[in-house]
Amino acid sequence: MVEYRADVLVGCEHGEHPDLVGALKAEIERRNLGAEINVVETGCRGFCAMGPILLIEPEGIIYCAVKAADIPEVVEETLVKGRVVERLAYQEPVTHQRICHYEDIPFYHKQMRLVLRNCGMVDPRSIEEYIASGGYSALEKVLTTMTPDEVIQAITVSGLRGRGGAGFPTGRKWSSTKHAHGECRYIVANGDEGDPGAFMDRSMMEGDPYAILEGMTIGAYAIENVREGYIYVRDEYPLAVENLRLAIERATEMGLLGDHILGSDFSFHIKIVRGAGAFVCGESSALMQSLEGSVGEPRPKHVHATESGLWGQPTALNNVETWANVPLIINMGAGEYAKIGTTNSKGTKAFCLVGKVRHTGLIEVPMGMTLREIVYDIGGGPQEGREIKAIQTGGPSGGCIPSHLLDLPVDYESLAEVGSMMGSGGMIVMDDTNCMVDVARYFLDFLKDESCGKCTPCREGIKRMLDILTKIVTGNGEMSDLDKLERIARTVQRASLCALGKTSPNPVLSTLRYYRDEYEAHILQKRCPAGVCRDLITYNILEAKCTGCGRCLRNCPRKAITGERRKLHVIDQALCIKCGICKENCVFDAIEVS
Amino acid sequence: MNLDKVPEIIARYGADKTASLAILQDIQAEYHYLPRAALEVVARSLEVPLSHVYRMATFFRSFSLNPRGEYVVKVCLGTACHVRGGPAILDTMERELGIKAGDTSEDNKYTLEAVRCVGACALGPVVLVNEHPHGNMTRDEATKLIKQLSSQEGAVQAPEETPLPRASVDLTGVPRPGK
Repeated sequence: MVEYRADVLVGCEHGEHPDLVGALKAEIERRNLGAEINVVETGCRGFCAMGPILLIEPEGIIYCAVKAADIPEVVEETLVKGRVVERLAYQEPVTHQRICHYEDIPFYHKQMRLVLRNCGMVDPRSIEEYIASGGYSALEKVLTTMTPDEVIQAITVSGLRGRGGAGFPTGRKWSSTKHAHGECRYIVANGDEGDPGAFMDRSMMEGDPYAILEGMTIGAYAIENVREGYIYVRDEYPLAVENLRLAIERATEMGLLGDHILGSDFSFHIKIVRGAGAFVCGESSALMQSLEGSVGEPRPKHVHATESGLWGQPTALNNVETWANVPLIINMGAGEYAKIGTTNSKGTKAFCLVGKVRHTGLIEVPMGMTLREIVYDIGGGPQEGREIKAIQTGGPSGGCIPSHLLDLPVDYESLAEVGSMMGSGGMIVMDDTNCMVDVARYFLDFLKDESCGKCTPCREGIKRMLDILTKIVTGNGEMSDLDKLERIARTVQRASLCALGKTSPNPVLSTLRYYRDEYEAHILQKRCPAGVCRDLITYNILEAKCTGCGRCLRNCPRKAITGERRKLHVIDQALCIKCGICKENCVFDAIEVS
Repeated sequence: MNLDKVPEIIARYGADKTASLAILQDIQAEYHYLPRAALEVVARSLEVPLSHVYRMATFFRSFSLNPRGEYVVKVCLGTACHVRGGPAILDTMERELGIKAGDTSEDNKYTLEAVRCVGACALGPVVLVNEHPHGNMTRDEATKLIKQLSSQEGAVQAPEETPLPRASVDLTGVPRPGK
């Protein structure tokens, strides 16, 4: 085995990914350091706002926003002379202090990265690196020292609940599947991450595919009589498919998957199935329909998938993050795992902290951490001069949590109590420039396209709610619309067939509950307080601030702005399409939205 | 148009009906859309009604029944992109390209699509050009991006969509599903 003096870890494949790897390799080659320094292409390390990121091990030096042109300096200074390149180190936004060690950065400091421990730290294409970092020790332990029932017992004791959003106890699901009658049983990993604003599953499948395979293999052993498992991956994630496929190949070669795993009598195979861009396929029964080669329409759940799922056989379907937790629980011990989190929500949860927050990225925190800690301590708070208004969790099935509830602990029950839900882990921060009525409309518009159309309440109810909201944001709403909206919402909630429909009114109901004043401003005063809804706003040039520079005039796509040089410019409201380009271009802050 | 690859793709899955989704995906990957003639070949080979294949092709969002442009520009309108100004980027793209979301330009150079979440939320608003991500977009950058693409040579000719005579696709060697 080759030993290197240093590893340079490069992540951020999804950013504006300059060819850092190529530049690094070329520079290392040029200086003849190839035998000492290893360049590793890793998955996502999560600090997306600062990407592309370089991590230099064993020192743990992190460089942010690295460009290919910075590479010669990094190699010369850090890798040859052992000095930090200050200007590439992370800069604390308030104190402007430079922090060069990865663990000292507040974004990472408060996190507890267990499930994401390997993401961004190992080469996801290398099974050797996974094994070297403790991978497959859980499978070995299970196969050599535990009975299937003991494994289920451990998962039950750990308190693990479904990470896809609904939070069903995993141990119970496995146990029901095991005790149901069928010719054989199936297990499925749901990687059809459709919630807009979420990419945890993507990062796990791309950055640590072996953990998912190991978790599924342990699950197959525990549930018994499972010969085949499926991973359903979203079509938009080709790299996840590639890394998983390679992982399956390598694991099979090494005897860690396939026939006679680790020389035992236990055999288990995994197949990958690609989705094709249907949000509803994230719903378990629709996903299984799609796996069977049909269109993904949900079916009624009088009989659970654990009784009759894929091809009518008992099926345990879990989210990929749930599966990735399994090896962790076996390694840590169920008791230790259960010490993390709250009474009813155990372990950690990965979130995508995105939207109007300084440090966007992929994070993992213990259950029960407050929203405030997540948004302010990890996320660095709102952007300059802005105020946080709401946090949206749970995707289109969730709701908006207002800023006065920021001290809410993040666990399944607390989020449900305030009208949202855990969901798969999207956490979208909104500030005072976001209109909550527009957000509610946005989700309905999304769901209108994604409703499969099978049941009437969802298909028609969503459209009617969208009509009402469109009426409100265009200034034609009436107060009676709000009652109508609530009535339709309750009906859709009660009468829809699957979770997509049942939860679709959540964004409307939660915004109505916490931001009724914004709805009323749209209806009564025909005013959008956040300045978002186009039919209710006008752009005006402030006489006191306009210098007549002509920037807005030149950039206006409709030529709606007139004015002589060095004199006040004026917007012709009849021509203005309210695109906001003038405001974006004005350097004197002379354009006001009212 | 040459559809020789279609029977090859079907054969890869052993004409298995449950693989119809994967077959359509591979055809789309090959031709960048699903030509009607290809759907007919799939229906005949799998011995399912054409309506069944059509249902699959229209249910799933990633399929297109129309030829697409040389550059497929996808503007992400996921929640994170939406709250950070995604709709304004789409407006700009529509104006710059002179086409609406979902359409392809007449010279077949651009297809503009509004998509819901590409999973690069922390970089929103995001635009994908032929799956290559451009993060933290502004209206100015969107304009620049299109100017840059437009200055690159080589608008391609629209592939002709001619109905395919049945006999022109050789189905010998394509396994038939068991009765």
